[in-house]
Amino acid sequence: MSHSIEAHGLSRNYGGLRAVDGLSLSVQAGELFALLGPNGGGKTTTLGMLTTLLRPSAGTARVAGYDVAAQPHEVRRCIGVVFQGPSLDEQLTARENLDFHARIYNLPRAVFRQRSDELLALVELAERQHEPVRNFSGGMRRRLELARGLMHQPQVLFLDEPTVGLDPQTRRAMWDYLHTLRQQSGVTIFLTTHYLEEAEGCDRVAILDSGTLAALDTPAALKATLGGDVLHFRVADVQAAEQLLHAEGLAVRRGPEGLAVEVGDGPQRIPELVAALERGGHAVQAVNLRRPSLEDVFIKLTGRAIRTEAPDAAEALVRRGRMGRSRR
Amino acid sequence: MSAFYTIWLRDLTRFLRNRSRIFTSLAQPLLYLAIFGTGLSSLLSGTASLGGVSFTAFVYPGVIGLTIMFTALFTAISVVYDREAGFLKEVLVSPASRLAVALGKVASGATIALLQGLLTLPLAWLLGLPLTLGQVVQLAGIMAVLAAACTALGLLVSTRLRGIEGYNVIINFLMMPLFLLSGALFPLAGLPLWMDVLVRINPMAYATDALRQVALAGAAQPGFLAASRLHPVAVDVLVLLGFFVLFLVPAVRAFSKQE
Ligand SMILES: Nc1ncnc2c1ncn2[C@@H]1O[C@H](COP(=O)(O)OP(=O)(O)OP(=O)(O)O)[C@@H](O)[C@H]1O
Ligand SMILES: [Mg+2]
Repeated sequence: MSHSIEAHGLSRNYGGLRAVDGLSLSVQAGELFALLGPNGGGKTTTLGMLTTLLRPSAGTARVAGYDVAAQPHEVRRCIGVVFQGPSLDEQLTARENLDFHARIYNLPRAVFRQRSDELLALVELAERQHEPVRNFSGGMRRRLELARGLMHQPQVLFLDEPTVGLDPQTRRAMWDYLHTLRQQSGVTIFLTTHYLEEAEGCDRVAILDSGTLAALDTPAALKATLGGDVLHFRVADVQAAEQLLHAEGLAVRRGPEGLAVEVGDGPQRIPELVAALERGGHAVQAVNLRRPSLEDVFIKLTGRAIRTEAPDAAEALVRRGRMGRSRR
Repeated sequence: MSAFYTIWLRDLTRFLRNRSRIFTSLAQPLLYLAIFGTGLSSLLSGTASLGGVSFTAFVYPGVIGLTIMFTALFTAISVVYDREAGFLKEVLVSPASRLAVALGKVASGATIALLQGLLTLPLAWLLGLPLTLGQVVQLAGIMAVLAAACTALGLLVSTRLRGIEGYNVIINFLMMPLFLLSGALFPLAGLPLWMDVLVRINPMAYATDALRQVALAGAAQPGFLAASRLHPVAVDVLVLLGFFVLFLVPAVRAFSKQE
């Protein structure tokens, strides 16, 4: 199987800060690959290097078979990019932005006329195509950027948080389109996202924390590393209860909803653990069963296992709050 | 080729769409003429001998040059704006050759500045300088070379600039000195050595010199023009072309290398 994207020891420094540190990964042709990580984790920097906009400080990367540093021109011909930040010309109309893109990618006029029509219809901007982008809402701009990234039918598509700011219907429509596109054209899609449910739908997920790769696998395999279900117990004295369960030989950590306990089979263990806590003098105020999600993997990797040995509930909470906010 | 045209077309579309900008950059030379011409000529009345033309007419070629420099620099500096607004990424990630993009930028800046410069020509008649077709053609040629040189300079500066502070740098440390030391406001004869040196490394001085010789050709005494000029028109234009290449090569290189 050929690799669409290959990175070896990819690193990037900004002054003294190492934003990406020795990243190695490979993405197969036709794969839908998600890069996950907290704010400042290095996702955009990684995308910048893979799309030839940033020179790697160390390491190499190949995209569509070409070296990003030595053959940037060839790489650019094969990729489409939707950036995290704004990248439209506000003074031009929606249509003119697409025309600009088509011309600069050297598409024949007849082809780009038709593709513009199709894509404007897809992102539901056909009626407003002759308005300057200045008049558009954030979500409309995002839709236009997506349409633009698809204009020249790239072989590898890079999307940096593509669905931020989109309403649920548009998000779904966009995903439906991406899946269809992948089936029809076999495009490789490399995206970053903060929506964990979006990452669930990807073939493989890489978690990038402080510029290093914390995990890389299929969503199912990543969740399997958590070893089963997670039970959350709300108790008054979290610290004492934690010690108690720890003494039982359980994997316990403090989570946003109280104590989080990893168990093999959640529903069956609830009565037993509640009884144990109550015996120890802890009144259980609430119990919550969660099947492992990517979010748990994420919190485990970026909030505890990677940073500090001891679980730090406050940090986990902060990280979670941050992620929650960035969803908006 | 397609990238070159695309960049050029975008800048022209933006320029033509922005009516107020066209208007203000037309009003600007008028304002300068009124201020410099009226204000300074009252100061100089009687003392200055300007070959038989009014001080306002004497200043007029310099104001054409200023209009062109202003427009060209600001079109080139749109690169800084594009970087701030994120649009530059769209261009830099495309397969368009950076050379074509940079040259497209120079071409659009030069075109727009030339258009603005041509719009100042009707003022000549108001100032009592009726131009022949030959003069208009020569003026347009000088303006085109100046416009290209200034755009290349603007591009060179703007690939190194980040953010809006860049504008202040350009205005205070580039535009004002270039204009004031161009000989637009005073004849260049008999300057102290240090100022003479500064004038001779200033592209605007050569442009003003050439524009003045052509624009005042019919109106001023030939002896005055010959005595107060830096060089013959052809030499001025060659020097300007030299400046153009001098700015263009590093500008294209810097533009191609930027991240
Ligand atoms: N141009 C820059 N100059 C200096 N530091 C930078 C620059 N760009 C990014 N950084 C730093 O590099 C680190 C990684 O940033 P990056 O934008 O890649 O993160 P990210 O994972 O995309 O974050 P987010 O989820 O917020 O988009 C951060 O610490 C950031 O401050
Ligand atoms: Mg980012």
